[in-house]
Amino acid sequence: MDTATAPVDNGVNVDALLEAREALSEAPEAAQFKWRATCEWVNGTHSRSNVEGFFGLGEEHQHKTNFTFEADHPEVFASEDHGATPVELVLAGLASCLTAGVASVAQMREIQLRSVTATLEGGMDIQGILGIDSDVRNGFDGIKVTYDIDADATPDEIRAVVAQSQKRSAVYDVITNPTNVTVEVK
Amino acid sequence: MRAASVIIGAGHAGLAMSRCLSDRSINHVVLERGEVANSWRTERWDSLRLLTPNWQSRLPGFGYEGENPDGYRDMAETIAFIERYAEVISAPVEMHTTVTSVRSADAGYEVTTDRGVWNARTVVIASGACNLPSVPALAASVPAGIKTLAALEYRNPDQLDEGGVMVVGASATGTQIAGEVQRSGRPVTISVGEHVRVPRVYRGLDIKWWMDRCGVLNEHYTEFDNVERVRNLPSPQLAGSDDRRTVDLNSLTDIGVRLIGRLAGINEGNAQFSGSLPNQCALSDLKMNRLLDRIDEWATENGLDESVESPHRFEPTRFETSPPLGLSLTSGEIGTIIWATGFRPDYSWLDVPVLDRKGRIRHDGGVAETPGMYLMGIPFLRRRKSSLIDGAGDDARDLSAHLASFLDETSRG
Repeated sequence: MDTATAPVDNGVNVDALLEAREALSEAPEAAQFKWRATCEWVNGTHSRSNVEGFFGLGEEHQHKTNFTFEADHPEVFASEDHGATPVELVLAGLASCLTAGVASVAQMREIQLRSVTATLEGGMDIQGILGIDSDVRNGFDGIKVTYDIDADATPDEIRAVVAQSQKRSAVYDVITNPTNVTVEVK
Repeated sequence: MRAASVIIGAGHAGLAMSRCLSDRSINHVVLERGEVANSWRTERWDSLRLLTPNWQSRLPGFGYEGENPDGYRDMAETIAFIERYAEVISAPVEMHTTVTSVRSADAGYEVTTDRGVWNARTVVIASGACNLPSVPALAASVPAGIKTLAALEYRNPDQLDEGGVMVVGASATGTQIAGEVQRSGRPVTISVGEHVRVPRVYRGLDIKWWMDRCGVLNEHYTEFDNVERVRNLPSPQLAGSDDRRTVDLNSLTDIGVRLIGRLAGINEGNAQFSGSLPNQCALSDLKMNRLLDRIDEWATENGLDESVESPHRFEPTRFETSPPLGLSLTSGEIGTIIWATGFRPDYSWLDVPVLDRKGRIRHDGGVAETPGMYLMGIPFLRRRKSSLIDGAGDDARDLSAHLASFLDETSRG
């Protein structure tokens, strides 16, 4: 690592994160969060999801902006392609979560990042979703994430940052472990 | 009955503390529910040997006296060693005395046993870190046809039915049991979460020798900003054997054990495994290599490069490209599950409000939050070596000094 230059700054406030960890280990009830989204059907396979608020630290919070996400299916599925397919949004969620982790872990370890690019590919046999073969699952048969990282660190230090990011990632956990899902109709 | 200090447990940790208190002429008693080295007698599997070489059991006023310093004690030798220590230091052990309650009293603690009550201004809890199995909650969902046992109940493969065995956990315990059961002819699947990989021998020398000499085992708890994390690390994948073999995951794969991800759930009779196996292996390979880097640097700095074998790296952990994410527990493929998912201390007799929400004693390097109470013999109590027999000496020296000044202060006050 280059010690003669400016302090490492990946734009992550590590002190605030460490303080939060300290505070929440004393008050585990404040660590209980609820993440929320709403979704409205537009037309055909096109839908629009909305993310506004969430609950955490004992109270309701609002995002600075009301974020919307268009989702659809491409023309090869006889759809109109108004947005990313939902499974592509899953890949985007995984990539964003891991990449946020890479920046945070690198900051914690005083590694200056210059560029971080993740490329993701999820394989899928669509005989599952089409109901052609009940032995084929609907979801991905595997996801491959490839990172290209330019940083002031050795290759093994960079690999260790990426490994630690997976260890602490929520979306990585969501994808690699089963989750109970309850869907109700009002 | 009255003493300045009551030590609970006559294992290596309690005895090391006894020796240090005797050195300071502090009147004390060691209460032992069974005989000296009770857990080693009753709660270990048959083939177990110490993970540390014989020379590395240096206790205050005692050490290895035999002719095989690089060997690893079996259980009989371990028990004999600890018994001999109790004799050499003339430890005031009250055997077959089970503590049923410890509570705060006017001037310290009241320790109730099945053979009378002791009052003491200080209490040292050295009753062990591995009294009870830590079994995950999902164990309740295992289908009725499967036999389950915790590692504490495991003795040898003969007690298992023929047929497939799933070992959950890849610590020293899980990997040793998986290897032994596989060699008995029962096909083993090992479920692998976070684990610590180390070679038994590196550059011709025992890994524990390197870790001792280059300072790893002496790392102090105050050097870590999150000591709870290191306290909870699984034990390193090590075994003691005559051929000094390594018991990492590759060695298990070589004999036919199947690696599978961390057991994440059991749903309608199907076990579900995490897809995190590649990262768990990457994490432990990287961590092992950081340890080896540190050893290599130390060897160079200390001029050892000419006299020991050259630095090298081990093959990365091998795993299937797409390890199975599910396994039927009703198909007959698996007949037995062995939980090698860790241990925890038993504080059911402790009637002092000093436990945190995870049931651990709140302490700072063995000095409990409740004045006059001390803790010995738990992982990373004060140093990385605290979990080893070899670590009890320095911890006992430090904590007996604290205990002595506590007695001085309170008698003056």
